[in-house]
Amino acid sequence: MRLAWLPTIAGAAVLGTVIRAAFFTPLEAKQGAAQKIFYVHVPAAWVAFLAFFLVAVASGVYLWLRDQRLDRFAESSAEVGVVFTTVVLITGPLWAKPIWGTYWAWWDVRLVSTLFLWFIYVSYIVLRGAIESPTLRARYSAVLGILGAFLIPFIHLSVYLFATMHPMPIVGKPSAPSLPNEMLVTLLISLASFTLLYFAFVRSRYNYAVERDAAAARTASDA
Amino acid sequence: MADILFAAWLIARKDLAIEFRTRSAFLSAVVFSLLGLVIFYYAWDPTAVSAPDLAPGVLWVIFTFSGLLGLHRSFGVEAEDHAIDGLLASPVSREAIFLGKALANLIFVGAVQAITIPALVVFYNLPLGGVAAPLIAIAILAAIGLVAVGTLFSAMAVNTRLAELLLPMLALPFFVPIVTAAGQATAKLLSGRPVIEASAWLKLLLAFDLVFVAACTLAYPFTVED
Repeated sequence: MRLAWLPTIAGAAVLGTVIRAAFFTPLEAKQGAAQKIFYVHVPAAWVAFLAFFLVAVASGVYLWLRDQRLDRFAESSAEVGVVFTTVVLITGPLWAKPIWGTYWAWWDVRLVSTLFLWFIYVSYIVLRGAIESPTLRARYSAVLGILGAFLIPFIHLSVYLFATMHPMPIVGKPSAPSLPNEMLVTLLISLASFTLLYFAFVRSRYNYAVERDAAAARTASDA
Repeated sequence: MADILFAAWLIARKDLAIEFRTRSAFLSAVVFSLLGLVIFYYAWDPTAVSAPDLAPGVLWVIFTFSGLLGLHRSFGVEAEDHAIDGLLASPVSREAIFLGKALANLIFVGAVQAITIPALVVFYNLPLGGVAAPLIAIAILAAIGLVAVGTLFSAMAVNTRLAELLLPMLALPFFVPIVTAAGQATAKLLSGRPVIEASAWLKLLLAFDLVFVAACTLAYPFTVED
């Protein structure tokens, strides 16, 4: 099977990231150990948004080319995306309670947008499960995959019209990153290893979809 | 373009004629809305939250839920005896079918609102002086976005195993920006703030309508091809 080494590499990279984040990255002066969750939370959020962006792209191209592989990729990416979004939604409140004093902030753009990613793509998975015909399922889920991507900016804008209290980005901002070098390196390593992990998961999920469809085709031809 | 709109009007008229002769969904949506006003009133402590403060949220939550009742019927009536096949076989474009369905839903939702909003004014003792016109504008903008998304998802949901259970799950995330914008804008108006303070919310509603009317009209043909 192609890219058979990917899960091993991704697993090793994540393990290495955990070791580096836990033992070889300095404690943050004010937040202490609570800040370590940053190295899981931020890369998981990056992967979540990447996953759903790729679902929307694959959905759009599917409606154009009608290649079944794109539908299987969208299916896989959405499922993996929901897992990473769940990680974001769990790690965020765990960090926020001691640091902000509250688990959840409705007026924060990123929190609510992430929650809606989760809502849309859980219903995407439910929709897929509720349709028998493979081509109908592919078309319907492609439509939802695209509309979901249109919705997120509106959710973002709605919440923005309240106000935001999320820590402002400290890496991607126009001036130099204000994160100390060791922390920045750890963050970049964890972004890379989580991205590898995303592709490893999608690959496994995709292979599963291929075998499932092949098995269904065999059953259909036997009958 | 004119043919599409004319065909859409014929389809909308067909749906409204069915609804007018049976009145099944309309009556249940109106009674549901009025019951909603009563339930929400008693769910809050009137000494903590005054009725006019509660009203905008109540109005727009009821609006989305009663809208779902009508939206589900929109393609539900076509599912019986595969009536949708007759529509699809007729010489009108798929976009016209979608726009016709959406137009009928818009009139349906508008009619429910025309009863619910006056009832809200009476039951919640709202100061309506001077805000009636902007409130109607908000209601129209909110209804357009709601029916655009809702009509498309209604068309999809009827063809799934979960049918009407799936529609709220698909549609409600998309209704959140509508409810937020309409609710916040209404709250500004009812608390006597000038219309200009609600303008950001009105722009958001307008942008939502433009994006989703276009996106859903273009997406609909993909959901019915064979």
